[in-house]
Amino acid sequence: MSATAGINYKKSVIDALVAGFMALIVFGPIVGVVLDGYSFNAEFGKVAWMVAVVVIGRFAISCFFQTEKGIAMAFRHANNDEGVAVRLPDHKSKLLWVVPLVIAIGLLVPFIASKYVLTVIILGLIYVLLGLGLNIVVGLAGLLDLGFVGFYAIGAYGLALGYENLGLGFWSMLPIAALIAAMAGAILGFPVLRMHGDYLAIVTLGFGEIIRLILTNWTSLTHGPNGISAPLPTFFGLEFKRRSRDGETFHEFFNIPYDSAYKYMFIYLVLFAVVWAVLFIKHRLVKMPIGRAWEALREDEIACRSLGLNHVLVKLSAFMIGASTAGLAGVFFATYQGFVNPSSFTFFESALILAIVVLGGMGSTLGVVIAAFCLTVLPELLREFAEYRVLMFGILMVVMMIWKPRGIVRVTRTGFAARKGVVK
Amino acid sequence: MSLEHILKVENLVMHFGGIKALNDVTFNIKRGSVSALIGPNGAGKTTVFNCLTGFYKATGGDITLSAQNKETSVIKVLGEPFQATDFLSPFAFFRRLKYKMFGGSHLVNRAGLSRTFQNIRLFKEMSVVENLLVAQHMRANRSMLAGVLNTKSYQKSEEEALDRVFYWLGVVDLVDSANRLAGELSYGQQRRLEIARAMCTNPEIICLDEPAAGLNPSETEALTKMIRVLRDEHNTTVLLIEHDMGMVMDISDYIVVLDHGEVIAKGGPEDIRSNPKVIAAYLGAEEGEEVTL
Ligand SMILES: Nc1ncnc2c1ncn2[C@@H]1O[C@H](COP(=O)(O)OP(=O)(O)OP(=O)(O)O)[C@@H](O)[C@H]1O
Ligand SMILES: [Mg+2]
Repeated sequence: MSATAGINYKKSVIDALVAGFMALIVFGPIVGVVLDGYSFNAEFGKVAWMVAVVVIGRFAISCFFQTEKGIAMAFRHANNDEGVAVRLPDHKSKLLWVVPLVIAIGLLVPFIASKYVLTVIILGLIYVLLGLGLNIVVGLAGLLDLGFVGFYAIGAYGLALGYENLGLGFWSMLPIAALIAAMAGAILGFPVLRMHGDYLAIVTLGFGEIIRLILTNWTSLTHGPNGISAPLPTFFGLEFKRRSRDGETFHEFFNIPYDSAYKYMFIYLVLFAVVWAVLFIKHRLVKMPIGRAWEALREDEIACRSLGLNHVLVKLSAFMIGASTAGLAGVFFATYQGFVNPSSFTFFESALILAIVVLGGMGSTLGVVIAAFCLTVLPELLREFAEYRVLMFGILMVVMMIWKPRGIVRVTRTGFAARKGVVK
Repeated sequence: MSLEHILKVENLVMHFGGIKALNDVTFNIKRGSVSALIGPNGAGKTTVFNCLTGFYKATGGDITLSAQNKETSVIKVLGEPFQATDFLSPFAFFRRLKYKMFGGSHLVNRAGLSRTFQNIRLFKEMSVVENLLVAQHMRANRSMLAGVLNTKSYQKSEEEALDRVFYWLGVVDLVDSANRLAGELSYGQQRRLEIARAMCTNPEIICLDEPAAGLNPSETEALTKMIRVLRDEHNTTVLLIEHDMGMVMDISDYIVVLDHGEVIAKGGPEDIRSNPKVIAAYLGAEEGEEVTL
């Protein structure tokens, strides 16, 4: 295989024309036909532009892959072993340097970023939490959960309802909501975790919808679709409002002018700390007996049972820990929005969180963090293309599944140094 | 608690709908012996194993495991249906409810019986060491808090687990492959790893389902030696299913022959070799073919 054969332009032209035809079919109806009342306007110009971009792009790619460089690149990717790798026993993770750097930058962010950027990053971090939680359930324990948003809703409504009915604030609800979500996970999990794969997916899908329907219809408690307001966190009892009914506010205490960005800064810092705590716990969990049991269960449930592991309890623990993480994320979501209503907890959210886990690479922590930011922050930053968001989302998924079907980050396993074995 | 017999199988019956896989199977396994379960394909050998280890709920009969200084009824720990008398005695009721909710085949393993599978079941995307660590789950320090905080007692328990892992890797000659994925190993290595994994649960009796299938003669010989090590150095009783008659006759103290779900012969290798029923069963399977036992 040498590049001296030159570029076969005929092949490239055919490739480009085929791609252009596909683009015409896809973009034609979506972009070319714009509804206008009961009639529609045909926008041929826009379609022509898009198709032209696709044709030229495809032609360029086709030519590139026939050059020496392109062949080498294609070869490298074809050879790239995407599977799991075991690290050497004396492996030193590069993350050891990266982590302090990221923490330092992360701590600086609220003081440099604008209020808008900060809110986007908070949203990204909330999805990191959700992704980490679902990663335990789907990525490690191999339980396909399509109703994860249910636990997220429980956390968010936990804060709002706890404040309204019991007068509990952010700080007391943070652990309580995690516990309630974990309990909900246990109650849902115990009867259904004996099921496998598809059945479990359907039951959890139903669970997510049930939670949303309860929130919508139990109007006496949840105010239905109108939603309820959620409290802001307090800084040692100081509130982040302009005026406080009882007690002092943050800006009055420190004698600084009021700025609504303070509350986001504070939420960000707390969330940042919680995300790191969850990352640390998750990092420990995968190395602990319980984490190994989760993964073993994903690999082979029957073998697990033959080794004395109670498969129901192992699954339940994964389900509960995943749910409690979602509960935490829910509390942050509620306090950040200041308001919750059932429309934030639709199936689309569950699908988004699942996409984060799948794109990041099942079981890979770093991958999930990157994917969470990509899938939540990028759409926010590309607001101009808001109409095409779901389309781009779909394209991204397809591209990823072709390019890296096992996720962005390759899953690695700890290596152990050989030693002299002793028994008892 | 029977000292002589570690395992007693009485009148075991297993039906799958209309298929009678096992009809009235009865045998006892002596503590510290190497016993074999043989029979033509489809005789029901694997089904007996699945009943013993609790993967199938037997249709009828009794299985009693006398290990760890207590008697365990395999049928009971799987969770039996409620009976009218249970509603009169709260104690019996709660015990039955407990087994119904939390019972299952894992309790059989915890009672001291472990097994391997005819079609190897390793955790393929985990490393060899991790496979053996998972097997020690019940002995590990499972406290979440201790693990997250990495306390002394947790570290000690993990170190001990790793010591045992490398001990067993040494026994099955896999130390060089410790950091490979289990799924990458060769067939023979996977078979040995599965035996090591079963031994890591610290069983008193180990059931091996066709451990020599797919091994070459020298590997089979190494396996025979290893099985002797299990019995002699670890006081483990071995029950194995095997089609390799040379190996079976070589290592077994006691042989049970199954055919069409029934025990057609039991006894030492010499008795079985000359038993006309056994010869007929093997001959009957493929007519005219010469069979030497
Ligand atoms: N889960 C099941 N459902 C229905 N029938 C089954 C099931 N398991 C086993 N059987 C039937 O029970 C009979 C015995 O099967 P078993 O697997 O125990 O044979 P075996 O003696 O292990 O054979 P081999 O030497 O080929 O492994 C077969 O007829 C099989 O079809
Ligand atoms: Mg079999």
